[in-house]
Amino acid sequence: MNLAPAMDKSVSEDEWVSCLWRIRTAADQEAFARLFRHFAPRVKAFLMRGGADAALAEECAQDVMATLWQKAHLFDPEKASAATWIFTIARNRRIDAARRSKRPEPEDLPWGPEPEPDAADAIGLQQESARLVKALAELPEAQRHLIERCYFGDMSHREIAAETGLPLGTIKSRIRLALERLRHEMK
Amino acid sequence: MTTIKHHISDEILTGYAAGVLPEAFDLAVATHLSLCDECRARAMALEAVGGAVLEETETAEMAPGALDAVLARVAGTAPEAPPAAQPGTVRRKDSVLPMPLAEYAGGSLDKVAWRSVGGGVMQAVVARGDDGATARLLYIPGGTEVPDHSHHGLEMTLVLDGAFCDRGQRYGRGDVQIADETVDHTPVAEPGAACICLAVTEGRLKFSGLLPRLAQPFLRI
Repeated sequence: MNLAPAMDKSVSEDEWVSCLWRIRTAADQEAFARLFRHFAPRVKAFLMRGGADAALAEECAQDVMATLWQKAHLFDPEKASAATWIFTIARNRRIDAARRSKRPEPEDLPWGPEPEPDAADAIGLQQESARLVKALAELPEAQRHLIERCYFGDMSHREIAAETGLPLGTIKSRIRLALERLRHEMK
Repeated sequence: MTTIKHHISDEILTGYAAGVLPEAFDLAVATHLSLCDECRARAMALEAVGGAVLEETETAEMAPGALDAVLARVAGTAPEAPPAAQPGTVRRKDSVLPMPLAEYAGGSLDKVAWRSVGGGVMQAVVARGDDGATARLLYIPGGTEVPDHSHHGLEMTLVLDGAFCDRGQRYGRGDVQIADETVDHTPVAEPGAACICLAVTEGRLKFSGLLPRLAQPFLRI
């Protein structure tokens, strides 16, 4: 019974993956609209929680969604869920707004997104991402709020380092499987 | 790539995934991640937490017509085509500087504008943000003590070539030493070839305004 919400989540994760795929391969505006209706209000709220006013958050959220269209080919369902990928775009947009410079990114891996992602790997990663969402929702409220503040950009790196209540150990055990999958893939 | 022993701490990697590190530290982390698959995987897992936060977060209603506005903006352009696959090609252009660092350092090691700081040691500042955090390349002749580049706060030293030893530990290519003002350390370059490293230090504590934050005056007294 307990699995039902996670299963529902993984169904929708798959849907987002297929929407991104349809944008990439067919410039599918209906798929884009579905992603937009789900994610744009989340990105906007995410940016506002990080301190942006509503107008700036609106503008940046639109930029993020435009980037999603333009860069759909960079999405790799074997390495990230749609939500994770969109989070990184929103995070980078927030940094660009603050610094007026690009965030340094690691060198490209010798292998990029594959033309045809491996379905089993992609499904496995999407399911683990769904479980991570569930695990986050089940954390004690105080810990969950700390993690949220951290990712909203509402805590400095000094605060993160000094914060003993941040459940990094808990997060680490929750993401162990995702981590092992990634490490395995990189070998 | 498998010989890296000294990795990036959870706290700094979380700061990187959350996007709250000063630019100079982002540069050091991105450079280490280019050399260390283990930390790259950890960083990707920490980004997955960000995805979960985004998924679980409340929503803020978009402006009326926002979807149409974005569609109008992008619909004329097809999504970018994936770059042609080039299996087996080495993307690194410089054998010492991974790509993110090379981009900050003029393209390659031979373009670095070194300045002598005495004793054969040379340095070149490659990034200095408004937040005061600074990333500099250091060239330390073999057997020479690494100059004290820290004043206070967090510091990261990433070895790019050669090696240094500190307090019984050896740091080679890709290894990171993380320290703060409480750590008394005197790294010494190994005898032989020069040690080249990226040293990142924090500036004075300043309120780094990522975006205007209404809450800041209340949270950071």
